[in-house]
Parts: sequence; C-alpha cells; structure tokens
Amino acid sequence: MDVRLVNPFINATINVLETMAFMTVDAGKPYLKSDNVAVGDVSGVLGLTGVANGTISVTFEEKCILKIVSNMFGETMSELNNEIADAVGELTNMISGQARRELEEIGKVFKAAIPSVITGRKHSIIHYTEGPKIAIPFNTADGDFTIEVCFER
Amino acid sequence: MDTSIKILIVDDFATMRRILKNILKQLGFKNLVEADDGTSAWEVLEGQSIDLIISDWNMPKMTGLELLKKVRASDAYKGTPFLMVTAEAQKQNVIEAVQAGVSNYVVKPFTAEAISDKLEKILK
Repeated sequence: MDVRLVNPFINATINVLETMAFMTVDAGKPYLKSDNVAVGDVSGVLGLTGVANGTISVTFEEKCILKIVSNMFGETMSELNNEIADAVGELTNMISGQARRELEEIGKVFKAAIPSVITGRKHSIIHYTEGPKIAIPFNTADGDFTIEVCFER
Repeated sequence: MDTSIKILIVDDFATMRRILKNILKQLGFKNLVEADDGTSAWEVLEGQSIDLIISDWNMPKMTGLELLKKVRASDAYKGTPFLMVTAEAQKQNVIEAVQAGVSNYVVKPFTAEAISDKLEKILK
C-alpha cells in the first residue's frame, strides 16, 4: 500500500475535530491491525474508489464521541443514540472529503460513498478490500479514537 | 443582512442541519426550514416561498448539484441565492457547481465565521 495515502487522513482527522468540535487531538503511532474487532464503541465506515479502492473507518470510545458531539451541538450529549450515530457518519464524511482534497494535490483522485455507522462494544469493522489495515490511534483529553485506512495492495 | 428571510437547509445528515441551524440562529435568522435530500427540498420549494438555499452536495435520491440545476432551471427560483456547503471540494466539483450557477461554496469542516462571511457576500 502506498503510505502517501495515509497521512492525508491523519491531517484531515485533526483538522475536522479542531474545527467542528474545538478539540485538540494528538495522533499516536500507526500500527498494523490484524483483526476486524473495533477498538471503540461506535464506528463510521466509508468506501473509496479511484486510483486505488479502499475503506476508511473512524472508531470512537463512548466518552470521546459524547464530548465531541456535545461540543459540535453546544449542548451536553449523555448517551449513544441515533443523533450520535448520525454525527459519526458526518464526521467520517468530512474526514474523507478533506483527505481527498489533499490527495488530489498529489494527483490521486478518489470518489467516496455515503458512510455507514456501526455501534456496540467489540463490533466488527469489515473493510471492503483485502490489504493491510493501518490503524492510527488518537488521544484527546476526553477519551480516545482510532482511524483505520485500508487500501488494496 | 436581512435576517427575516426564509432559509432552506438541505443535508442528509441531521447533525449538519443542526449545526447550520445553530449558526444561523446565532446570526439572527429565525425563519428556517429543513429537508434531508434534494427530492424533499424540491417538495419544500414547490410548497412555499424560499429566499435562500443552503445545500449539501453528496445526498441520496437527488444530490445537491442536481437540486442546484433544477433550481436554476425553474422560473420561481432561478435567481435565488444557493450556497453549497459540502465536503466535496475537489477541483472538478467546484467547476461543476460554478457552471451550474452556485452563488457561493463553503467547504466542510467550516467555522461559524466562514458561514457568516459567505452569507454577507451572497445577501448584500
């Protein structure tokens, strides 16, 4: 997998969370993920087609996404519900959009599908293509989340 | 800005409609209507008079671009301001939106100031 495909998603994640949720996020060290089990409680998954086919996912711990959406709405959100799921879908959409703009600058044009959202502890994230799953953990003052980027070999 | 105008917000994500409504209310706009895709938006436009359309691009049933083209082809709304608020901002998207007659373009993620600035330009 072309590693240049990964950095734009890291940059986009930081920018989207800072702009829409006013939160400072720190990216941890990327690692190769070997299973399909989500490391959080709610995930957005989105398919990409273009110079390569792949998927990205964004998985949030409950505490973290409640704080993010509370900041986005300007009111306290206290439980995982349809509003939170909808917000995860839109966050995934925005991260994809911003990353695709950066990728376009290096000549890599992608189209995105409409994201789907999965909730529940230890849910599975199925990437649509066979390829290495690069996971990038992020830390915030209010919990953690992880993005996964998977493109065909 | 005339804050008495009626604004139609179109986005398939309730989250984004809520964020935009919050921003518009903070700017003083109170007359706000929502639709969750282009088809629903067109039904709203046929049923009542709208002064400004704020629309997402990537939506099921009818996209924001398709809605924009339909609006510009209609006698009633061909001159109505149309603000595209979207994550789709690759060069080809912007070109297509401009060719279709978009009034202005805001890229997600955005700040409240970005929305305010674009509205000032559109509504002056």
